[in-house]
Amino acid sequence: MASEITPKELPEPRYEYGADDHVFVELAEEMSFTANFKAMAITQQVAERDIDGIIENCPANASYMLRIDPGVIHPDEVIAELKEIEAATDIENYEWETRVIDVPVLFEDPWTHETLMEFRDRHQDPDGTDLEYSAQLNGFDDVESFLDAFVSAPHMVTMVGFVPGLPWCFQMVPRDQQLEVPKYVEPRTDTPSRAVGFGGAFSVIYPVQGAGGYQLYGRTPIEVLDVDQQLSDFSDSMVLPNPGDILNYRRIDREEYDAIREEVEAGTYEYTTEQVTFSTDEFFESPLEYNDQLTEEIV
Amino acid sequence: MINIQEGGIASTVQDLGRFGHYHIGMPPSGAMDKYAHTVANYLVGNEADAATIEMTYQGITATFDEDDVIAITGADMSPSLNGESIGTWETVAVDAGDELELAFATEGARAYLAVAGGIDVPEVMGSRSTYTLVGIGGHEGRSLEEGDELPIGEADDTPTDLVGTQLDDEYVPAYADEDTVRVVLGLTDYRLTEESKETLCEAEWTVSPEADRIGYRLEGPEMEFKEREQPFGAGTDPSNVVDLGYPIGSIQMPQKPIVLLQDAVTGGGYATVGTVISADRGLLAQRQTHKSVYFEDVDVDEALAARKERDERLETVQAKIESAD
Repeated sequence: MASEITPKELPEPRYEYGADDHVFVELAEEMSFTANFKAMAITQQVAERDIDGIIENCPANASYMLRIDPGVIHPDEVIAELKEIEAATDIENYEWETRVIDVPVLFEDPWTHETLMEFRDRHQDPDGTDLEYSAQLNGFDDVESFLDAFVSAPHMVTMVGFVPGLPWCFQMVPRDQQLEVPKYVEPRTDTPSRAVGFGGAFSVIYPVQGAGGYQLYGRTPIEVLDVDQQLSDFSDSMVLPNPGDILNYRRIDREEYDAIREEVEAGTYEYTTEQVTFSTDEFFESPLEYNDQLTEEIV
Repeated sequence: MINIQEGGIASTVQDLGRFGHYHIGMPPSGAMDKYAHTVANYLVGNEADAATIEMTYQGITATFDEDDVIAITGADMSPSLNGESIGTWETVAVDAGDELELAFATEGARAYLAVAGGIDVPEVMGSRSTYTLVGIGGHEGRSLEEGDELPIGEADDTPTDLVGTQLDDEYVPAYADEDTVRVVLGLTDYRLTEESKETLCEAEWTVSPEADRIGYRLEGPEMEFKEREQPFGAGTDPSNVVDLGYPIGSIQMPQKPIVLLQDAVTGGGYATVGTVISADRGLLAQRQTHKSVYFEDVDVDEALAARKERDERLETVQAKIESAD
């Protein structure tokens, strides 16, 4: 097993007009930490420069997007500035302040199980469960060892969106240890809120009940979206995850799930988080040891 | 106060939108047809970003408990006041106790009701726009229902002088015709075959029943993707890309195109192949279910020119209304 992550050589970025009022920049077609860190570094620079006429600034997994007011700034001026930022951005030695967040998960819970059984006809493997299918596809003997791998290292939030508060997370391990699964053949029309899913190489937490196409593994008792901002961790924003946050999934049993859920519903639950400085160099050099260091305070 | 007697099919309070939160998955919401929304506001002496009521296919029935000045624009829903037909794209006086009734849309899909002073619901994250998916903004974060009471803001000075002002015909959009919807191709359109890119801009598309504030799903010919070994993280379907941000107006392509609009999902893993220009998004939002849509491929300069033209048109309209005062 590789014990370090080799930074990728990225292709030339592709600058694209999203009509007159958006600029979309694809840093790479494939997912990698290099592409994601670059997207985060560039969008952080864009925010710091506080450029007139930039309305939205959205990092994504291996790309980013800006919404602009073309009455204030021409898209070509924006692209020229982005190219300048890109040339000056080196993700070696890049650091940012972020949080490690404890995410308790009841895997193989009754709610997602009911949903995934209901939509078996839309799945690649109608006779198994999503976890049995994923374990087999990734070369594990059983569901237990697959789940061990899933929680063995934290997952970084590499993008937030689709609906408010949904994090896309990429596990912080070398490529040869990354898990990968397809999405459902046909998307489901229903998914329980707080379901923990996996698709492509990304884990997600569904903030609200709705459609979805990711493999379903479990359910967390904690919220990622609190519209009324009742919970103290949502006092600044109705959304928990931010790009760059680090989620540490933790296996819990039904008893703990119910206890946490009760606190969340009472509005008294306090999230277990730890402020950390994330360093790309230290991570690339020895990711597994660095992960242990990042998560030691909350485990 | 406006008292809602019947809420219609999907009537929501909207302004020009909620900005600065797209990166946490929060779409702007706001009026689907900004031109009609803005003109309605100008006709009653409001700023463009005052909140109006956007009505979809079927309008509201409502009473007013004070004297007010209103205007109705957008789709024609045959409005009447106390049973008497009233004009659209026109400033109208209402008296306390009057009943306003709108019927089904005969042309277009969305009508806007502006009231002098604006609909004064509380702002959420800097906007009064309703976003029903998570239930924020507008009136209790949802579509209007019988029994709802909507507060009206204080108008700077009640614009009774504007009553009777009617927009010149040349500034009233024709929603019945089949004007092309202009698109700047790009984003990840390299996923489509050259033939499919051409077909996209030549074929007749029709608005499917799955067309709402999130997006318009269109029916039409099959699209084909270029063959490739799927990049790591994208997923196995040829339409899959590593999840990325979706611009408002972008056309995502899970086999059949979906044009994302004001309540868009902000990102996802389907290839995006182009973006409807800002000046034409309202035109698409007024297209009824089963009606045709033709896309026209334009470059960014044309998109910018069309936006400028639309903005100048609104400035002209505002100046004409003010001079009629």
